[in-house]
Amino acid sequence: MIEVKNLSKKFDGREVVKNVSFSVEKGDVFAFLGPNGAGKTTTIRMLTTLLHPDTGSIVLNGFDTKHNADSVRKSFGIVFQDASLDTELTAYENMEIHAVLYGVKKSVYKTRIDELLKLVELADRRNDLVKDFSGGMKRRLEIARGLLHHPKVLFLDEPTIGLDPQTRNLLWNYITTLNEKEGITVFLTTHYMEEAEKMANKIAIIDHGNIIDMGSSEELQKQTNTTSLEEAFLKLTGSAIRDEGGESAMRQASKMWGRR
Amino acid sequence: MSTIYILWKRQLKRYVRSKSRLVGSLGQPLLFLVALGFGLGPVYAAAGNGNYLQFLAPGIVSMAILFTAIFGGIEVIWDKQFGFLKETLVAPVSRFQIMLGRTLGGATVAVIQGIVVLILSIILGFRPVLSHLFFALVLMFLLSILFTALGTAIASVLDDMQGFQLIMNFLVMPMFFLSGSIFPLNNLPGALTIITRINPMTYGVDGIRGALTLGNHLSLTLDISVVSIIALIFLIIGSYLFSKIKS
Repeated sequence: MIEVKNLSKKFDGREVVKNVSFSVEKGDVFAFLGPNGAGKTTTIRMLTTLLHPDTGSIVLNGFDTKHNADSVRKSFGIVFQDASLDTELTAYENMEIHAVLYGVKKSVYKTRIDELLKLVELADRRNDLVKDFSGGMKRRLEIARGLLHHPKVLFLDEPTIGLDPQTRNLLWNYITTLNEKEGITVFLTTHYMEEAEKMANKIAIIDHGNIIDMGSSEELQKQTNTTSLEEAFLKLTGSAIRDEGGESAMRQASKMWGRR
Repeated sequence: MSTIYILWKRQLKRYVRSKSRLVGSLGQPLLFLVALGFGLGPVYAAAGNGNYLQFLAPGIVSMAILFTAIFGGIEVIWDKQFGFLKETLVAPVSRFQIMLGRTLGGATVAVIQGIVVLILSIILGFRPVLSHLFFALVLMFLLSILFTALGTAIASVLDDMQGFQLIMNFLVMPMFFLSGSIFPLNNLPGALTIITRINPMTYGVDGIRGALTLGNHLSLTLDISVVSIIALIFLIIGSYLFSKIKS
């Protein structure tokens, strides 16, 4: 479903992603793990056509991101790390804009939106402004929105950050259902190792722009002689604290110059 | 087409819903009409120029358009910060369509705002000539497009609102004050004449004034041509810079 070959990306001469290759099969729940600044977000941005790779190729759902960006875009849904809703609009209106941008017909999206809002338990808040929603409700709405155009792949970039255990649990239950019933391929990043352990059948660990290990949670533990994914992760990536690197370093540098 | 329409509709919804912005944005034009119109009116009349409110009102209508339209374009920065922009940039539509939808939406809001100020000035005693009203509306629309596109272009290269004050003080305010909105353009010092001539706002104000009171300084044809051409140029620059936004 996703085929990545020899992917590299430099920012200001610093190589943030170095010759990364991996593949994700249809129906996989693929966890992409790594410390801050390891290159996760940069990789996701390349996979989702927001950033051009310097070298290498990405094929998603049979389409090349370089030559067929719009077909790639139609093939995936994404829940970004930060909110991406228009808070001055209602839940339904946010969904409607998405439907139109993705070319879903009105006769189709009217019922589809209501179905999805029911799935994420927001049907009764359909016509409320998003600015009155809690963090968890916004997240649920974003997931519903990401599913609106029947994507083949769902990208989740740290989807549970800042959410309470109840909401996290609920979110993962939706994702599992979607994966099992509709066969959606899921590509996720998270810092919560127990979530990756529970959800993912395939895990890749990236550090300093390289993929340093790949396999199921059990395989990673066996290779590193550890008893949990967290231990395996720490053994592979070391326990030193990371300063934010990559683009974040750029972000911080520009903050010093008065821009954010 | 539907992309442009839905993003246009979004701008209108946001405008209609923020009541405080609606009311707040009328405060300034009202203040200018009352303070300048009635305050400087006697001096203007004593100098033999006639009714100042009659001269001023089209200028204040243009001012409302300038401020609203620039702000409508600058709103791209909010979308960057609140993340909504990413949602549109990752969608399978061209950035040109996104930019066009937003710009048309922002421009429509600015035209509405201009019409509201026009009505306000009529209540205060302004008496427009109705025969050329169509041209006034066309110019209001073109001027709105021009400034929304300019705002979008600026917002595309800025990352936050910190630069906003700079833009207000060094771009928007000079464009307003040095355009003939509040004073006649005849017998100005040479340098000021040059500045007013390179200011696109001048042609908008003159055209709207010409259409509403038949008191042009330049010709209506020149005004409409200049405003259309500059609007087109800003649209092109704006779409280019918008397409270069790093998400």
